[in-house]
Amino acid sequence: MRALTKKLWRELWQMRGQALAIALVILSGVAIFVMSLSTLDSLYLTRQSYYQEYRFAELFAELKRAPNGLQARIRDLPGVDQVETRVVALVKLDLPGFADPVTGKLVSLPDRGEPLQNRLYLRHGRLVAPGRNNEVVVNEAFANLHGLAPGDSLAAIINGKRQTLTIVGIALSPEYIYQLAPGATVPDFKRFAILWMARTPLESAYDMQGAFNDVLLRLAHGADRETVITRLDRLLERYGGRGAYARKDQVSHHFLNEELRQLRTLATAFPVIFFSVAAFLLNIVISRIIALQREEIASLKAFGYSNLAIGLHYIQLVLVIVAFGVAGGLLCGVWLGQGLSEIYIGFYRFPYLQYVLQPGVMLSAALISVVVAVLGTLYAIRRAALMPPAQAMRPEPPAVYRAALVERLGLQRWLSQPTRMITRNIERRPLKSALSMLGIAAACGVMMVGNFQGDAIDYMVDVQFNRSQREDIALSFTEPTSKRALYSLRTLPGVEYVEGARTVPVRIRFENRSYRTVIYGSEPDSQLSRVLDSELRPVVLPDEGVVINDHLGRTLGVRPGDQIILEVLEGSRPIKPVVVAAIAKQYLGMGAYMQRRALNRLMQEGDVISGAYLAVDSDYQDRIYAELRDMPRVVGTRVRSIAVKNFYAILAETILFFTFITTVLGATIAFGVVYNTARIALAERGHELASLRVLGFSRGEIAYILLGELALLTLVAIPLGFLVGRGLCAYLVARLQTDLYRVPLVLEPDTYAFAALVVLLSATVSGVMIWRQLGRLDLLAVLKTRE
Amino acid sequence: MSADKPAISPVGTENQVVFSARGLTKIYQMGEVQVHALRGVDLDLYAGELVVMLGPSGSGKSTLLNILGGLDTASAGQVRYRDQDLTTASDRALTEYRRYHVGFVFQFYNLIASLTALENVAVVTEIADQPMRAADALALVGLSERENHFPAQLSGGEQQRVAIARAIAKNPEVLLCDEPTGALDSATGILVLEALERVNRELGTTTAIITHNAGIAAMADRVFQLADGRITRVRVNAEKLAPNTLSW
Ligand SMILES: Nc1ncnc2c1ncn2[C@@H]1O[C@H](COP(=O)(O)OP(=O)(O)OP(=O)(O)O)[C@@H](O)[C@H]1O
Ligand SMILES: [Mg+2]
Repeated sequence: MRALTKKLWRELWQMRGQALAIALVILSGVAIFVMSLSTLDSLYLTRQSYYQEYRFAELFAELKRAPNGLQARIRDLPGVDQVETRVVALVKLDLPGFADPVTGKLVSLPDRGEPLQNRLYLRHGRLVAPGRNNEVVVNEAFANLHGLAPGDSLAAIINGKRQTLTIVGIALSPEYIYQLAPGATVPDFKRFAILWMARTPLESAYDMQGAFNDVLLRLAHGADRETVITRLDRLLERYGGRGAYARKDQVSHHFLNEELRQLRTLATAFPVIFFSVAAFLLNIVISRIIALQREEIASLKAFGYSNLAIGLHYIQLVLVIVAFGVAGGLLCGVWLGQGLSEIYIGFYRFPYLQYVLQPGVMLSAALISVVVAVLGTLYAIRRAALMPPAQAMRPEPPAVYRAALVERLGLQRWLSQPTRMITRNIERRPLKSALSMLGIAAACGVMMVGNFQGDAIDYMVDVQFNRSQREDIALSFTEPTSKRALYSLRTLPGVEYVEGARTVPVRIRFENRSYRTVIYGSEPDSQLSRVLDSELRPVVLPDEGVVINDHLGRTLGVRPGDQIILEVLEGSRPIKPVVVAAIAKQYLGMGAYMQRRALNRLMQEGDVISGAYLAVDSDYQDRIYAELRDMPRVVGTRVRSIAVKNFYAILAETILFFTFITTVLGATIAFGVVYNTARIALAERGHELASLRVLGFSRGEIAYILLGELALLTLVAIPLGFLVGRGLCAYLVARLQTDLYRVPLVLEPDTYAFAALVVLLSATVSGVMIWRQLGRLDLLAVLKTRE
Repeated sequence: MSADKPAISPVGTENQVVFSARGLTKIYQMGEVQVHALRGVDLDLYAGELVVMLGPSGSGKSTLLNILGGLDTASAGQVRYRDQDLTTASDRALTEYRRYHVGFVFQFYNLIASLTALENVAVVTEIADQPMRAADALALVGLSERENHFPAQLSGGEQQRVAIARAIAKNPEVLLCDEPTGALDSATGILVLEALERVNRELGTTTAIITHNAGIAAMADRVFQLADGRITRVRVNAEKLAPNTLSW
């Protein structure tokens, strides 16, 4: 082995503690990077092959009712490859021993054989058999949560009539990876079921003989999607079409996309932090080594080693550390990635997992680590390589100290000699002190990221469910009805207050952008459904115009005063320009709001409602649920307290996993930075401290000089870390916005306290380790060498 | 005071000029202040001779040696190593020059702490043209027994002998030693000087030694006296003394 190579390995062994700390930070970065990106790739790949294998449709359209004969005309539209028509209906379900309202979506299957599109992946049992009218296949999530298996039965209230359905199969569908009940803001797998039923019995139950109300399309190769949508819309208009849409607007696909986008943000944001910290640590460690080896470097040059050879020697040292980190990171990343993929696959209920680790991901992880590490140390290494040998041979000139600021301010008589050493040392190397502080601050900040979401989510829930959507129960009718329907609700025992609401599906267009959503029409003085402004004050809905939610406003690029086009997707489907009167602050969903009467006018209809908000006495809750279940006109029932629970559950599955990992890794950073800073300080000042020991200072007194400096830096770094943490949280909050929810930036004192505590703890542990090393300080050895 | 034409030719050489410097000047810029380390030095060194440079602290000895060794460049004047002009040489050319022609010994040994004695020598032999075996170089300074010891396990004198072995192992044409005994007691210093003398005698290496000890001058062919950045005196020893007869 070449002598320089031996030098490299021996020195690496000598600094193994520090090297390990750095390698661990790199490992963490690489692991998160590989874990998240491989999970992301796997999810995309799995979804893609799932879509393909189970023939997920490309275009979707819902309508009121069209005769089967129309199917041929749809098929003849240019650009259409395959058409499948279905009957889809909402149904109320009654499960024994489960009082909460449960909504089902009945989706027709061909009487015989498999559907052409949106096929089912059968987990258990079989598809419905021809001629058996009451058989259904149930989606897996719902079946599992209720312990349902083939052979079990459940009661459905179809068109007001109670009917018993027998479960013959448990299945998954690419159409319902993400399940969101109509009108719901949060998925609820327990109270929303997908039931597949044979076409004929479904037709007869809903008076749809010889007709359909749902269309799936596959496009011909090269067909223009928008053109087909326009043509299909025109064709379906007479039949109460609600506007065809592509996959990107399909609920399941859309929200899955949003979540994957969120995952990508997390996948990139965290590794950036880790790589920066690793670069920082490498920088301080390598700079220190180079400073120590000044004369060795000079003599190597004197013997004819070139600048390049010397530069490469130190780069190799960096690369070896990086290599360990990357190798470990790849291993952990793959392992965690498989785990995380499994979690997500389970969460989304994909039928299977296709885990992929693209070589590109591993390569970029390695490349980024190497580049960042080399960049972080390049300056120090360059300086070593370019050091003029004659100069380096002279002992380093004694450091220039001067009286510290506090002393110049006239405070010196309060400061002991050791305290002066601390302040002067910090001031002598302001950049280095600042970097150490920044490193500690970064650790503190990362800890806050790991923790702030708890506070934020509580806050969101409070705003959304206590101040804005204040109703206990929101229900929708099968058809728009007269306001008189409220009377029967008001007389139900336990109902304290009732308000009517009109909800209309629309497509909002502004400039070249559009978004499919719902307009909620409520009373101007509504007590239950309130729209809040950015200061969370209730907004009075204007007589004319629409108030839209801030995230929707951002998505469309709309500001108050702008005129948007509302394309109503129901009834006579009017298309009207409307002025945006105000923007409302909302953390969930993508809603728009109007006065109910204004919405009625827009729809060219009378004093009509399509749903109601109820405030109820919680003692009567179950009785009210049962009553609602038996009202034929009431179809969907949404309960606020349940929505809150679901919301927490959803976040727990996704974001909170990351939160956990961040907290663990944030602590790694905190320790890595603090320990390394202390270790370097000890190495740099060992000589001086040993001299003081020889002069009769006790271990405690020299520890005070060294650790006092560290303590001072840490204490200053913590408030700085609060700022860093706030910034990081703000960045994440901005990037993690989805159409489903937006986490606000809310930081409670406990988050700050926790971050500070972890930093202090790592500082203490580092301090104890340094204290022990001070005990082993070899006074004679230190004094024998020249420094 | 010029060394252009030495009064008496050094003994035992073929009068082949190895180094020749003319009007060598070195100015260090220290902020506002200019430090004149060398103020026009003329000198010739001949193949195979052993010279000693004496002079008070700050007189420019190290600066001169560093320029001769290609570790530093002059501010003005010229210095040649055989046919090569060192004054105008590029950094790359100076690196080559040091790699193939010069051996250095430093006052503070400058051994690499993480390498053993043998490996410290190997650091140099690995990149040299026609080196001797590292073990042979150590044998030459009488340290065969200590090959596998790390610098921290060697005494100062032993470390300095390793440094000499390291300097001579590449069979350099010139050996430049900056206060090789400066950190050593006189008995240990003599061991080191004996090693240098032996290399000079057996291998014919042109050797320049900086020292503060006038006593050492007695082992040289010629003695240069420096003061205030100039060579003030050149003395030729009619008779060289063996190092073990020296004392200081
Ligand atoms: N890198 C430098 N920057 C500024 N001044 C320098 C530098 N190197 C040397 N000098 C100055 O040049 C002058 C000559 O220095 P040099 O090191 O050659 O002296 P020296 O004769 O070797 O002294 P000593 O016996 O103390 O080693 C001194 O005044 C010194 O301060
Ligand atoms: Mg000197």
